[in-house]
Amino acid sequence: MNAMTEGYVTPDGRQIGPVLMEMKNITLRFGGVVAIKDISFDIREGEIRAIIGPNGAGKSSMLNVISGFYVPSEGEVWFRGQKRGPMKPYEVARLGIARTFQNIALFDGMSVLDNIMTGRLTMMKSGLLSQALWFGSAEREENENRAKVEKIIDFLEIQNIRKTPVGRLPYGLKKRVELARALAAEPKILLLDEPMAGMNVEEKEDMCRFILDVNDEFGTTIALIEHDMGVVMDLSDRVVVMDYGKKIGDGTPDEVRNNPDVINAYLGVAHE
Amino acid sequence: MADATATEAAPRSIPALLARNVARYGNRPAYREKEFGIWQSWTWAEAEQEIRALALGMLSLGVERGDYVAIIGRNRPAHYWAMVAAQMCGAIPVPLYQDAVADEMAYVLENCGARFVVCGDQEQVDKVVEVEDRIHHIQHVMYTDKRGMRKYDHSRMNALSDVQAEGRAGHFRYEAELDRRIAELDYDSTCVMLYTSGTTGKPKGVVLSNRNIIETAKNSCTFDHLGPDEDVLAYLPMAWVGDFIFSIGQAMWAGFTVNCPESPATMMTDLREIGPTYFFAPPRIFETMLTNVMIRMEDAGDLKYALFKHFMEFAKTTGEQYGMPRYRTQRSRPTLRRRLRWAYRFAMGVGFAVETIVENAVRGFFVRLRHPIEARKYFKARGPLLNLYPQPWRDYFSYRTGEVLIYAPLKNTLGLSRIRVAYTAGEAIGPEIFDFYRSLGINLKQLYGQTEASVFITQQPDGQVRPDTVGVPSPGVEVKIGENGEVYYRSPGTFVEYFKNPESTASTKDPEGWVATGDAGFFEPGTGHLRIIDRAKDVGKMVDGRLFAPKYVENKLKFYPNILEAVVFGGRRDRCTAFINIDLTAVGNWAERNNIAYASYQELAGHPKVYEMIGNEVAEVNRSLAQDPMLSGCQIHRFLILHKELDADDGEMTRTRKVRRNVIETKYADLIAALYDGRDSIYTETEVTYEDGRKGKITATLRLADAVVAPEQRMAAE
Repeated sequence: MNAMTEGYVTPDGRQIGPVLMEMKNITLRFGGVVAIKDISFDIREGEIRAIIGPNGAGKSSMLNVISGFYVPSEGEVWFRGQKRGPMKPYEVARLGIARTFQNIALFDGMSVLDNIMTGRLTMMKSGLLSQALWFGSAEREENENRAKVEKIIDFLEIQNIRKTPVGRLPYGLKKRVELARALAAEPKILLLDEPMAGMNVEEKEDMCRFILDVNDEFGTTIALIEHDMGVVMDLSDRVVVMDYGKKIGDGTPDEVRNNPDVINAYLGVAHE
Repeated sequence: MADATATEAAPRSIPALLARNVARYGNRPAYREKEFGIWQSWTWAEAEQEIRALALGMLSLGVERGDYVAIIGRNRPAHYWAMVAAQMCGAIPVPLYQDAVADEMAYVLENCGARFVVCGDQEQVDKVVEVEDRIHHIQHVMYTDKRGMRKYDHSRMNALSDVQAEGRAGHFRYEAELDRRIAELDYDSTCVMLYTSGTTGKPKGVVLSNRNIIETAKNSCTFDHLGPDEDVLAYLPMAWVGDFIFSIGQAMWAGFTVNCPESPATMMTDLREIGPTYFFAPPRIFETMLTNVMIRMEDAGDLKYALFKHFMEFAKTTGEQYGMPRYRTQRSRPTLRRRLRWAYRFAMGVGFAVETIVENAVRGFFVRLRHPIEARKYFKARGPLLNLYPQPWRDYFSYRTGEVLIYAPLKNTLGLSRIRVAYTAGEAIGPEIFDFYRSLGINLKQLYGQTEASVFITQQPDGQVRPDTVGVPSPGVEVKIGENGEVYYRSPGTFVEYFKNPESTASTKDPEGWVATGDAGFFEPGTGHLRIIDRAKDVGKMVDGRLFAPKYVENKLKFYPNILEAVVFGGRRDRCTAFINIDLTAVGNWAERNNIAYASYQELAGHPKVYEMIGNEVAEVNRSLAQDPMLSGCQIHRFLILHKELDADDGEMTRTRKVRRNVIETKYADLIAALYDGRDSIYTETEVTYEDGRKGKITATLRLADAVVAPEQRMAAE
């Protein structure tokens, strides 16, 4: 797994491409608190990259750095061969980065369909007036975007709740809707913050299948944070392990599983 | 049929029917499917193009005459097309239940020797791949949905759309061959093979010929005057004979539109969007729909609830008369007249409501002014309204008002607004449920049929519908009652044979073509309607020779929401008795509302008030049984409420929740004895199996209660 080589082939035969995003010596401070301390790793095209670690390890902060929501105090983020400066949220979206949230952030009163349509906001160019009058490009644009959204609805098998207000849905489905909204933005890289938290076994299995299918069907690169070790080990191609803001392991699931530092972080160290 | 087709030769196969429909209805919609949120539709001409391309593609894959093509998937136009395309190639389509597990699938695939399989999606493909190494004759797998299929080995696997593309590309090479194969099909060649569900033993392949399917479709379309303007929703399993008859047989014969839902989960929404005119559903679906309505009405506002209650009560007596759409006497009617009739009815409804209020207010005011004392008396006696019209008028107008306010919106919510003919079959439907739909003006009817008969044995004609009969023999069907009360039939739809199973064929179908249904029944004197009582092997005789039909009585009991299960005894005895299982949810709910405290199922079951309530219900059943000269002997004289629920884990029921009579008779022999020796209570111990397999014992002292028996009307002949 040399960083110099251009891509690799996973055990199940998927070709992983060149580096898509690279974190170089990221440090993130909130006042005196150091959330992330000098972390470097890369995400390759077409890869499923997991970030794991005990509570408070700085995983979510890391994801926020990747998504551009936090600007690192030190270090650089390189995206598709370019150094990335501070950005506005819509700029992030236009770059092709989409995310889901640990605590679901959907519009409760709006239907599933409308929620997913918001994911395509950056693709719509017609102005307020023509939208309101349903005139000119507005109609065509709406139809095109709706068609894309319907493909995603079909893909995630949520046809039956298309018109249901999100507030009435159970938790597992809300998570799926959130994934749908992120997918609607047609992202290059999809950031999932604990996509399986609080789900039962069946919902987890469904979600796993969808994540793999997304990766397979759209070729989307996925970076995910997850606590369920079984899921992480099955899904991901490479894993970054964090503890107290430091990177303590990086590699394939097998390498990580046998890494003594990781075992210590999760199970504790025997004091002598 | 007095059509303009007298000059055409009658089509003698499904592909020939398709060609006829293209010529006759070319631009009318043949198939619709909701995909990506929109109803996509195909006209007959377009559908024929698709089917032909698919057939050509199948030829290029090497489908031979007499091959079996298995089709596994949910209702989608592509799967119906695959069936017809297989027929075009001279092959025989075999639809399979898509929820079958791989092992069950393996048996059927092996039994029919399928060389080609059409799968709906990855899930079905996986099952086929799983059994493929056991069954070596599968040559090629086709699939409809491409999702997740990229990584599979495609040397013996193709997407259906790719097969079509190949067919279109090889158009010149195979066209002549395809036409030759289509021309070879005749009335007696096999149309389809359908497997029975196999509740008793291994599933059997029922071979149905073109004659079976087309004759049946023709007769049943004539019976209900089905024309090309019908819409059906295809949502029942494709492997079931009913779906084949409705969505292929009748649809092809009458030329109507088959609508496929987006996914099984969206069935109800799609039903509402399509608003079928011809609909079939098993009783379970009607029950669920009714329950949903009731639950939602409980949550509705007071005014709405009051209106609903008032008008539903009113419709019970008047719906049959004023609610039904005018029954058709010919195939179709111009739409404009139907629209005008609807507008007229609607206007009547609104008009009457306004009229009544205004007239009553104005006249009432003057009446009260002029004769205050008399008016008060009058209104006290007859209600607040003046009742200006004679009763039948008032009923008609009130029903129209109800239609505007309640019935029409409710039917619209259920997706049943446009229903002209709806059928239910399969098992007994609760009379309450049946009457609910009929009182709304939905022409819900019952039919009796089975796979071996290509569905139709008896049907209820328009205007002669009752919940307790299954109707008169369908056109072309002869029905007779055997010595032991068993129902036999003979019809053009009678199946050819069981596949590779001459013994079963011989034992079911005699040389003259009579087929035993396995059900016992009788023709009602006077009306000529058939009534099914029970499975023939369960029907017995009582000591004095009267008929004993336990399941018939049990079903009557089970229609009460408080009664979950009932087991009736009385074969070779002088009177009937019953075990009752209460429904914990329903009775528990009732107990809560009536401040009855209970700690366990056992305590609730033994509560005197519960006994009283169940006793009343048993008495009601007795009253209705007494009116039936054939079955009056089955009245329940004594009953007890069991201290535990009958359970499949204890072997008392099958996994499909059918009561195992023999097991119960031996296990509870002491209780049965007590029911007959006149004791008031009995102490009993019962062994139970917990879900983890451990065994335990529960003990109880059960009360035995007498039920009110109604005076019998015995048949003069007996």
